[in-house]
Amino acid sequence: MTRSPHLDPRLVAVVAVGGAVGTAARWTLTQTVGTAPSGWPTATFVENLLGSFLLGALLEALLRRGEESGRGTVVRLGAGTGVLGGFTTFSSLAIEMERLLAAGQVTLALVYGALSVVLGLLACVAGVALAARHHRWRHERLRLPDEAP
Amino acid sequence: MSLLLVSLVSVVGGIGAATRFVVDGSVRSRWTRVFPLATLVVNVSGSLLIGLLTGASLYHGLGPRWLVVGATGFCGGFTTFSTAMVETVRLIQAGDLRRATVNAVGSVLLCLGAAAVGVGIMAV
Repeated sequence: MTRSPHLDPRLVAVVAVGGAVGTAARWTLTQTVGTAPSGWPTATFVENLLGSFLLGALLEALLRRGEESGRGTVVRLGAGTGVLGGFTTFSSLAIEMERLLAAGQVTLALVYGALSVVLGLLACVAGVALAARHHRWRHERLRLPDEAP
Repeated sequence: MSLLLVSLVSVVGGIGAATRFVVDGSVRSRWTRVFPLATLVVNVSGSLLIGLLTGASLYHGLGPRWLVVGATGFCGGFTTFSTAMVETVRLIQAGDLRRATVNAVGSVLLCLGAAAVGVGIMAV
């Protein structure tokens, strides 16, 4: 019996390295983009939407490869759980909404929360669909010689 | 912005992500039902922590560098928006719109509430 991945120190290390990379990328983007003059938290918004698209695409692509190999597990945990999990953030979204509400910007806070989730889900669906389409395209291309008369 | 601070935020973010992986796995090994509780537990507890840190900075003089290390580093690496979105999309794909809605809306409201409670505790 194999032990759970979260109890394997090597896999925990893989997630930690990925998480450090994702956090560095997020902070760099936050420093560059920042907050709009209106108070809209542009940086977190962009990071969460981009990360949701990429994680949807990555996990769907890995899923379609069939049974997960050892290398597949490292890619999923390192790039998915680590990099993209660390790149996106729910706590910043929460505290930004809380700060907007505390400043009396109720509409902005609610629109920010609602748009983050709705567009986050759409971005994720787009990532999943793109990976699925790419997989079918690759599959059909590889199968062509067999089907030639 | 010093190189040391960037490195510290990144390393602490990595520790946050590793903590998420361990907490997520422990919750998953106990909770076998359909609802993605593990990610919710991570996100709500991370939001409470970012509220406490923000409150400590507002009311108790926690320095801006420590706030960045704790909030952007640990809380940012620990919590995850993308996984919450993927899990919601999987519920939608499975036709479970009720759980998908509860997860998406519940995550935002509970995380917002947790962050507000964190700030509030520090304001007392």
